[in-house]
Amino acid sequence: MADYKSSELLRFTTAGSVDDGKSTLIGRLLYDSKSIYQDQYDQIKKTSERMGEAEINLALLTDGLKSEREQGITIDVAYRYFSTPKRKFIIADTPGHTQYTRNMVTGASTANVALILIDARQGVVEQTKRHAIIASLLQIPHLVCCINKMDLVDFSQEQYNKIQEEFEAFAAKLDVKDVHFIPISALLGDNVVNRSKNTPWYEGPTLIYYLENVHIASDHNFIDVRFPVQYVVRPYSDEFHDYRGYAGRVAGGVLKKGDKVMLLPSGFTTTISQIDGADGEQEEAFPPQSVTLQLAEDFDLSRGDMIVRENNKPEVTQDIDLMICWFSSDHQLNENSKYTIMHTSQEARCVVKKIRYRLDINSLHRDEENIKVGMNDIARIQIRTTKPLFADPYRTNRITGSVILIDEGTNNTVAAGMII
Amino acid sequence: MNYHINHLKELEAESIYVMREVAAQFENPVLMFSGGKDSILMVHLAYKAFYPARIPFTLLHIDTGHNFPETIQYRDELVARMNAKLIVGSVQESIDSGKAREEKGFNASRNGLQTAVLLDELEKGKFDAALGGARRDEEKARAKERFFSHRDEFGQWDPKNQRPELWNIFNSKHFMGEHFRVFPISNWTELDVWQYLAMEEVPLPSLYFAHERSVFERDGVLLADSEFIPKKPEEKVFMETVRCRTIGDVTCTGVWKSDAKDIEAIIEEIATTRMTERGGRTDDKRSETSMEDRKKKGYF
Repeated sequence: MADYKSSELLRFTTAGSVDDGKSTLIGRLLYDSKSIYQDQYDQIKKTSERMGEAEINLALLTDGLKSEREQGITIDVAYRYFSTPKRKFIIADTPGHTQYTRNMVTGASTANVALILIDARQGVVEQTKRHAIIASLLQIPHLVCCINKMDLVDFSQEQYNKIQEEFEAFAAKLDVKDVHFIPISALLGDNVVNRSKNTPWYEGPTLIYYLENVHIASDHNFIDVRFPVQYVVRPYSDEFHDYRGYAGRVAGGVLKKGDKVMLLPSGFTTTISQIDGADGEQEEAFPPQSVTLQLAEDFDLSRGDMIVRENNKPEVTQDIDLMICWFSSDHQLNENSKYTIMHTSQEARCVVKKIRYRLDINSLHRDEENIKVGMNDIARIQIRTTKPLFADPYRTNRITGSVILIDEGTNNTVAAGMII
Repeated sequence: MNYHINHLKELEAESIYVMREVAAQFENPVLMFSGGKDSILMVHLAYKAFYPARIPFTLLHIDTGHNFPETIQYRDELVARMNAKLIVGSVQESIDSGKAREEKGFNASRNGLQTAVLLDELEKGKFDAALGGARRDEEKARAKERFFSHRDEFGQWDPKNQRPELWNIFNSKHFMGEHFRVFPISNWTELDVWQYLAMEEVPLPSLYFAHERSVFERDGVLLADSEFIPKKPEEKVFMETVRCRTIGDVTCTGVWKSDAKDIEAIIEEIATTRMTERGGRTDDKRSETSMEDRKKKGYF
């Protein structure tokens, strides 16, 4: 067995509908990496037989709830796990239809990699574009287009190249940095875990090789120091009588013992006197570590405040422009509506000052006329908050650049927002 | 530049973050402690999250009365070591007072009765968050569970009405009487838990390691011979070298033939096994959707 102590964690999201073979692909990854257990296999075999299916339906592995199976749909993000000796993988498996944009956004929010499935017979369709737009909006660092069902087009290189060109032409309009293409057959296993003999013209990696080796160490921001104070640790014990530690998860940059830092919103400066990590004292802290900082001087610092560097601060502002995805089916987003806003460890209220446009996620068209924003719509809005937030553009930091809006009447999360 | 952490340290950082969110966002959180490895992991992580302060959560054990004796001993030692506060909700008391009625028959289990006692204790203690050690890889109804899982005033889980969870932002807003179940180790797999417990050298109950025990077989699962499980005439007791993969109530926790005497041997065993750990749980075998059905009613 490989050394688990050096294995990395990679999160990826898969978007697509049943027709794309998404469930089959996930089933294939789990099956070929030996992550399906005998009793799970027996159970889906039993279910497949009961439903009168000729073969074992690997898709059943990913269809969780009774209510979903009855309707033959997936209503939510499901998380799957598998590992190879090199990496542990978390799959956020999301359904791909328009009405599930919110699920795709949810799954994409924490992903390092997005897998986009394209049916080799159909090429780039509306749904492909929608997935790519969401991956770009959510700034997923790496994109993999799995051109699936290659067996149904006789593993044609010509068809593969045509689809790749089609996608690249479209992606040129998006903000995506790293795109890969892999010809696969999820059903037969070609280029998923095992290299295919049917695609001698393809010289790239198999899907699993790509997932095991894609460079994700730089997916975090290691430049701009951002430490949102999450919780203040005060032991009130004799032994640690004067201990006051600021607990949080490093959202950006590298913090070192002895570093001079600035506290927001007060603007005071001090130095880091000690960093307590999960295994005791450490010299430095970086994303995504959870640590507790001690400062040289006592200041009134609490949850919602942020520790940064004097010459590298986020914008301290009450007026914020956001791209949002609207989640609520109960009501639409309206100008002048008020919501609770959560941003890092901060919480405030906000009012929607202006809806600038609604983004058509099939065509990228910015609609400034029809700005009715309903469930699953993406829109650009301007808000004003009751107190300043310490905001970064989402492009530079996915943690300090993201917010959620909460309806004060129902307590529901009604929107995900990315700071522009 | 080499700022790498391995997957176990990343999972640890995530769980600590979630626990701190709970401490910050709720007024009166409780940590559900079963005595199993997942809740031992939870306590270990909570200790790290708030060190050098005490764990800011009360521990709650729902005691079916049908325990492996080793579990209670381990629990009491842990509570003393952590200087934690423990509440025990007793299923036996609930039966004695007539609030709950015992199941009858050979497969009788107090597993279902735990739910009523749990909800009772949550209400009595006015807890607004209950931290649990459930993992998404355990069972398919759990694969869609949130970190912060909203429960209505009846403690029920509505899979269709869960809040989307984005990035690391958790919405804990709730009305009076409602509460949250929080699952900080959602993203850990069984193997991760063992690898981490090995790496951290966390002491574990002896039940997890191979030992000689008198057992009998029922529906292909080995069960520990215990006064709490009535045996059918054809069920013969014999000695076997076994260990538990999960620890629950004696009546529904299967034991496994195993020679794994230490944690590295367990990791090796799990990495090569072909059965899920809940494959030995007779409570899950009642029907294909038994976990989903129980969760809706307010089970862990």
